[in-house]
Order: sequence, then C-alpha cells, then structure tokens
Amino acid sequence: MLLALERRAERSTAIGIASPVIAVALTLATVAVLFAIIGKNPIEALDVYFLEPLLDPFSLGEIVVKATPLVMIAIGLSLCYIANVWNIGAEGQFLVGAVAGSWLAVRTNGTDAGYWVLPAMLVLGTLAGALYALIPAICKVRFGASEILTSLMLVYVAYYGMDYLVRGPWRDPKGLNFPTTAPFDPVATLPPLFEGSRVHSGTLIALMVVMLIAVMLGRTIMGFEIRLVGAAPKAAGFSGFNADRLVLFTFAISGALDGLAGIIEVAGPIGYLQPDISPGYGFTAIIVAFLGRLNPIGILIAGFFLALTFIGGENAEIAMKVPLDLTKVFQGILLFYVLACDSMIAYRVRLIRGVRKAVPANA
Amino acid sequence: MLDALGQILGLIFSVNFILTVITASTPLLLAASGELVAERSGVLNLGVEGMMIMGAACGFAAAYVSDSTIVGALCGILAGAAMAAIFAFLTLGLAVNQVATGLALTILGTGLSGLIGAGFVGMRITPAPQLYLPVLTGLPVVGRILFGQDAFVYFSFALIIGIWLFLYRTRSGLILRAVCDNHVSAHALGYPVLKIRMLAVLFGGGCAGLAGAFLPLAYTPFFIPGMTAGRGWIALALVVFASWRPGRLVAGAYLFGAVTFLQLSVQGLGLGIPPQVMSSLPYLATVVVLVLISRTRGASGSAAPASLGVVFVPDR
Repeated sequence: MLLALERRAERSTAIGIASPVIAVALTLATVAVLFAIIGKNPIEALDVYFLEPLLDPFSLGEIVVKATPLVMIAIGLSLCYIANVWNIGAEGQFLVGAVAGSWLAVRTNGTDAGYWVLPAMLVLGTLAGALYALIPAICKVRFGASEILTSLMLVYVAYYGMDYLVRGPWRDPKGLNFPTTAPFDPVATLPPLFEGSRVHSGTLIALMVVMLIAVMLGRTIMGFEIRLVGAAPKAAGFSGFNADRLVLFTFAISGALDGLAGIIEVAGPIGYLQPDISPGYGFTAIIVAFLGRLNPIGILIAGFFLALTFIGGENAEIAMKVPLDLTKVFQGILLFYVLACDSMIAYRVRLIRGVRKAVPANA
Repeated sequence: MLDALGQILGLIFSVNFILTVITASTPLLLAASGELVAERSGVLNLGVEGMMIMGAACGFAAAYVSDSTIVGALCGILAGAAMAAIFAFLTLGLAVNQVATGLALTILGTGLSGLIGAGFVGMRITPAPQLYLPVLTGLPVVGRILFGQDAFVYFSFALIIGIWLFLYRTRSGLILRAVCDNHVSAHALGYPVLKIRMLAVLFGGGCAGLAGAFLPLAYTPFFIPGMTAGRGWIALALVVFASWRPGRLVAGAYLFGAVTFLQLSVQGLGLGIPPQVMSSLPYLATVVVLVLISRTRGASGSAAPASLGVVFVPDR
C-alpha cells in the first residue's frame, strides 16, 4: 500500500475556500502543458481561452447565456448532493422540461394566443422536470432501486423521446427537412435584455433561484434537514427526520430547476426545439456543483467559469485552430483536481514506505 | 400486419441478421464483462464510455502505425487500463466519490480521444481477419456463424466464460465477491480490499479499451470521433440488466445488440414503430429490471452488490 488516508479531526474553512482555487490553478498548469504538447504557445493559448472572452462584450454575453442553465441545474443538484442523494439525470430532466414547455409553443404557433403563453410554458417545463425526476426518486423510495443508475438511464429515454418528436410530429413542414420545430412566436420567447446580445431574462430567473435556494438551505427547517441527513444520517434518523421524504423532495426540486432551465434555454437563446439543445449542460453542471463546493455563491462563480471554458474553447478553435475537444479534456481534468482537492480537506494523505504484509485470518 | 410480422420473423432467422447481431453485440459484451467484474468488487465506474472511446482512438492509431490488428488491440487495452488507473487512483487512493469521478472520466476520454484521433480521421486499415477453416466455414447456415468470425468475437466468449469460472469456481473470485458484500469484514479478515478493487477496476478498463478498439479494428476499418456512440452507457445498463450475473450478461448483450440492429430494419418495414422507441428500449428495460430485482432483494439474493459505489477507507 502506497497511500494511506487519515480522517482529519476538524476541517478548516480556509482550506475549503482555497481548494477550488488550487484545483483551477493545477488545471491551468496541466492544460498549459497540453497546449505545448500539441504545438501551441501555452501563454498565448491561455490568454485566448480565459482572458480575451472576458474583455469582449459579446463573448461576455455569451458566457452569461451559457452560465444560466449551468448555474440553475447545479444549484438544484447541490441540494441533492448535500443530502447524499445522487441525481445524475439532470440532462434528461432538462430535455423533458424543454419538450413539455415547447409543446405549448408548438400548439399555439401561428394563433393569436396572448401573453399567457410564455409563463404557462415555464410552468409546464418546471412541472415536467419535477415529475420526470420523481421517477428515479420513487423507484428508490418504494423499491430500493439505485437512483444513480435509474436517473442516468432516463437521460437517454428523454433524449430519444425528444428526438422522435422533433423529427416526427412536431417537425416544421417549412423547415427544409431539418429536424426542428417551427420558430416560436414572439409571445412564446424570452426577450433579450440588451440590444445586440443574446443575454435574456432567464438569467434573472436563475439569479432569483440561487437566492431562494440559498435562503432555503441556510434559514429553513427543510434546509437544516437536508444538511443534517447528508452530514449525519444516523443522527437525523434518531431525531425523526424522514429520509425517504427528503429523497423525493430534493429530486423534485432539482428536477423542477432542470426542467425550468430546459424550457428557458429553448424559449430564450434558441427559439425553437431541435435535437441538440444541450451540449451536455446536465453533466457539466455536476462539475459546477462540485467546483462550487455545493455552495450557492461558489456555484455562481463556478458556473461562470465553466461557461468561460465553452466560449474560450470556441474562440481558441477559431483563432488558433485548437481542437474543440480540448474543452472536454479541460473540464474532465478540472473535475479530477476538484475532487482530489476535496479529498485533501477531509483526509490527511500519508505516503507509506515499506510493505505491511496482510495475512488472511484463515490462511 | 401479418405480412410485416412474417418479414420480421424471416429477418430474424436469416444468417445475415445473426452475423450482424454478433458484430453489434461483441463490443457490448466485452465492455460489460469488464464492468461486471469491477462492480462485483464494489466499484461503480461510470466512465465506460470514456475508456471505450480512448481504446478506439489509441487502438486505431497503433494499428495504423504498426499495420497490425494485435498491436492495435493491445494498445486499446492499455489505453482503457490507463484511464481506469486514473479512476482507481482517485476513488481508491484518495477516497473520492465514484459517481463524479466516473463522469469526469467519460468527459475526459471523449475529449482526449478526439485530440488523439484527429490526425487519423479518414485513414483506413486492413480490418481484423476472419477465421477460415477449410470445410467447416463452408457449411451451410452455421458455417459462417460458428467458424467465420474474427478473433474479438471468440475472445468475448472466452472472456465471459473465464469470468464466470473465476467468480464462482475459484478462491480469488470468492474473495472478490466477499470484498463487495462487506468490505469492512473482508478488511478485518486481512484481505487487501483496495488492492483487489484496484485490480478489478484495471481489468474493467482493459476490457472497455478492447471493446472500443474492436470498433475501428473490426467493425469499420476507420476511426470517427465519438464512434462509440453511447455503447459505453448501454454496456453499463447491460450489467444492471443482467443483475450482475455473467450468464445473463451474454443473453442481455445479444438482446441489446439485436435491438440496436432492429431499429434500423424496422424502419424499412413500415410498421410505424419509430426507431427512437427501439433505441430507448435497452435503457427502459434496465430501469424496469433494476426495480424488479431491487424489490425481491433477499429472496433470491440477486439484488445490487451490497457496497457498490460505497467509499472504503481502511482503518489502521
């Protein structure tokens, strides 16, 4: 055995804040090496990737557009993960929300339906996301089926369901055979906030959601229950908190936020339903949740940072012919470092020299 | 309707259909075999898709450079195992959450394979040779099915039989299962829980890498980024669908393989079944099976491995 872990008696807050920063620094260093390997100047590449998008107003807007769904999904997931409930099907709940809301947009397309359409779409998306997330939650509570596996499987069911709708019944007859619905009517779309940018009012909704969840988590009994069940499940059981109810609750809330993020994405920046509405937001949001240390403010920062990697990657592809795949490499490595640094908070790692021989008792 | 049904039956019992299903099922069986061993040791590695696509990219690159299927397959195995080593270091060495690490592995693998494979897109290699036995391969119907496959197909069956023998007929297999059923007791008995799990994870990675390498080496003679196309997730579903049993895994792999193939041909028959329904069937079936086996926990003892995905830190 080479490594040995010892649980730390107390966890310092300073390390808690420092750890994601260290993780980001290590990732940047690793990526710089990668740039050098593929024959690009690391300094120039890092500049194009991480600095230039911040200085250009249009790119900055695009980052905010990308950060909106990431933050909204991640804040819901953080509730689950704090309570030690493993919803990894956010991508599926996102798609289902987008589909449910789009249903109304498709049905009212070209009619003189009024301004009630958009709010109704948002409500539909939220409800559908919550209901879809309740499937793995109920399977878990009622039958004991692992929510990790069921929620993951349901992602693909949702994807194929949406694929069927946009290629089949909902396809725009005037769409030149592209698998998209007709563009949504103005009453079914979220207006942009500024002229010449795609930043839309969904971003404000996301900020509101983050504040609500932060208050719920820090100032209500339910939030206390979530934190307690996650930190000390036995103690929570003795104090009469119902763990099953919590599984249902956290899944429903996070599913609702995923669904809302889905319909906002479709009604906002995209404007119609198509098969690839998400570049894996539901999975990237898991990175956001962990990088933000499951903390609302941390998630805001982490969401912005992950969105920056998407936009920086696109810019670097155009400016320096860096393959777009590097963004995924970057995100994967980042999550590795974040998780490893988190482990350093909980444990002290010791290198052990010499081999202690393990002898089976009955040998 | 009857006519279409007749057409489907005719299709299912045709030699060509069986040959196609074998090629569709082999990567699923290979990848799922490895994941089965890892999960039976108590480790849930959600990075199968990432390890597979790395196996495909590195396997193809090596085969192209060396002009040898064997070198390609070996490099595929190594690439998968190397990815698994990262996973093992984090989840076993640093006690990091397995779910998140597995997802990170898939994201990383998808990206890295794109970088590695970018220089090889559009190249062609000689596909893996198929067995040819003078009289036997020429036999009607069964000849090509039994005696005309490539080495991957035969190996996939040897592998799963080997795994079955290992798990249920050897002492080491018993220890592997014990480590999963109760890692605290296994540790107390003096078994090196983390070392056993590490070997199981590396084995799983090697199998996933080989499964990925099968695609450009035998299925199509070229590499396309993202060519695993979700097969890693299906393999993951398959292990659950088979309720962690090797025998059921073979049946499941061929069932899922047949379904993925049928989705293409059902479209042509005009039965009105959307292909997306067929595509989502493996995932739906897995959810249903998982619910069923979780319900009957205890009665048949076939529920999920007891400490699957649970972090273990040995006390000293």
